[in-house]
Amino acid sequence: MSKHLKVEVKNGKIKEAINFFLIELLKKNLVSALLVPRELPSKDNVVQSLVSQPDELKNADVFAPVLPVNSARIISEMTRLGSGKASVGAILRSCEIRALIELVKLKQASLDNLLIIGIDCPGTYSVKDYKALCQQGIYPEDELFKNLKKGMEDVRIREACKVCEYPVPSNSDLTFGFLGVDFEKNIFFQANTSKGEKILDRFSYLEFDGLKIREEFIFKYLKQKIKKRDELFALTQKEVKGWENLISFFSACINCHNCMKVCPVCYCRECFFESACFEFNGDKYLNWAKKKGSIKMPKDTALFHLGRMAHMATSCVGCGACEEACPNNIPLLKVFKTVAHNVQEIFQYVPGKKLQEPLPLTTFKEDELQRVGED
Amino acid sequence: MADFEPKIVGFLCNWCTYAGADLAGTSRMQYPSTIRPIRVMCSGSVDSAYILRALLEGADGVLIGGCHPGDCHYVSGNYKARRRVTVLKTILKTLGLDDERVWVRWISASEGKRYADTISEMTAHLKKIGPSPARKLWSL
Repeated sequence: MSKHLKVEVKNGKIKEAINFFLIELLKKNLVSALLVPRELPSKDNVVQSLVSQPDELKNADVFAPVLPVNSARIISEMTRLGSGKASVGAILRSCEIRALIELVKLKQASLDNLLIIGIDCPGTYSVKDYKALCQQGIYPEDELFKNLKKGMEDVRIREACKVCEYPVPSNSDLTFGFLGVDFEKNIFFQANTSKGEKILDRFSYLEFDGLKIREEFIFKYLKQKIKKRDELFALTQKEVKGWENLISFFSACINCHNCMKVCPVCYCRECFFESACFEFNGDKYLNWAKKKGSIKMPKDTALFHLGRMAHMATSCVGCGACEEACPNNIPLLKVFKTVAHNVQEIFQYVPGKKLQEPLPLTTFKEDELQRVGED
Repeated sequence: MADFEPKIVGFLCNWCTYAGADLAGTSRMQYPSTIRPIRVMCSGSVDSAYILRALLEGADGVLIGGCHPGDCHYVSGNYKARRRVTVLKTILKTLGLDDERVWVRWISASEGKRYADTISEMTAHLKKIGPSPARKLWSL
């Protein structure tokens, strides 16, 4: 059940082709609002915004390669207390959709009245780099397509994106695809659900016939990504091996907990590591200092990171928001992704893949892990 | 390292392992006094953060004691503990930290001997691998 339509790109202006479609979505009342990335008036950043008026969409910029926040958090904010009565379309990248699916499982978001429009994503710049490029007069989106055409990857894209195995969104109602497509001439829209199909039925685009070439491209593309990812895993494990190396990895941590605050799957209303369990009186600190001779202050930075891993590794989607938020540039993504990969492998669990699949730590099988308790 | 006495933090489930420890005591079984038992209502209530706290403060070992699979007082707490500890041990292993300092044992209320043997066995193992490096790391 999928439908593919070819969307012509005139004069190489992909943005215009997309924005025309988005404006029509609102005009035809197919959705009552759109959550869509838009260029700020300062023209140096692109942020999500909730748009209800079609003429506000002129500066929509869905392929802008930047991820200021993982929008799963935004959807959660908008739907946690119940979805609105009218339908909202949300334009999301793969990592955002996967995180959203995890949040729905955690009962922190709802897909009711939500039309998920997934976009292909070959990678994003960090907000700082995006801004810097804009200020140099370089338009990051042009860079993205230029590099893609050359079959190269910009060294400046985020590490999370360099090793991302999900350039193509899953679990979306509609997909805007351009990877493995001659995007200077056309891109394509794909309907993955009946909801998406009903929308495409209202448009008179032609059938898209480049699927096979796209699939071959994606296959090769993924192979490279997975190779890079595995190299990163190996390097990371070497880098952090043992207590001493782990301490040095997290040495710049100031316990600000930003990584937790931006993490799309860290959903707790009150984080355990910010609870009263971590408030101690003076004697307790003196005791610790006496026992070890001295203690690092602020305390419990390593405990926070290790504990956070234990709490969210099963659901980590590898978006790298944690690393973006770190004021001291600790390259968190590689450690969290390596750990998450190994943890998810035990349960053959892929976060964000299947809504019906229960979260690993909320379920169990009687006849599994039988060596636990013996060795 | 002859005079090294390991320190073990034990999270023992109220219904099985804790009662097993009681039985070992009332039966006057001998075992090393290396464990600091903490009674918890269920092994399923032991969050990984508690285990990590113990390890980072320099505990040489952590023992999680629960009812045998299928015998949980709350039906499935120990199955959940089994998954949770597996996650934690995978994290420790990935980061090259000693995951062998974390033990899980299913010990019922009638298995006083098994409890005493477990403590002896774990103490001997920890003596062999030596004190936890976290004991001395002030910057942890």
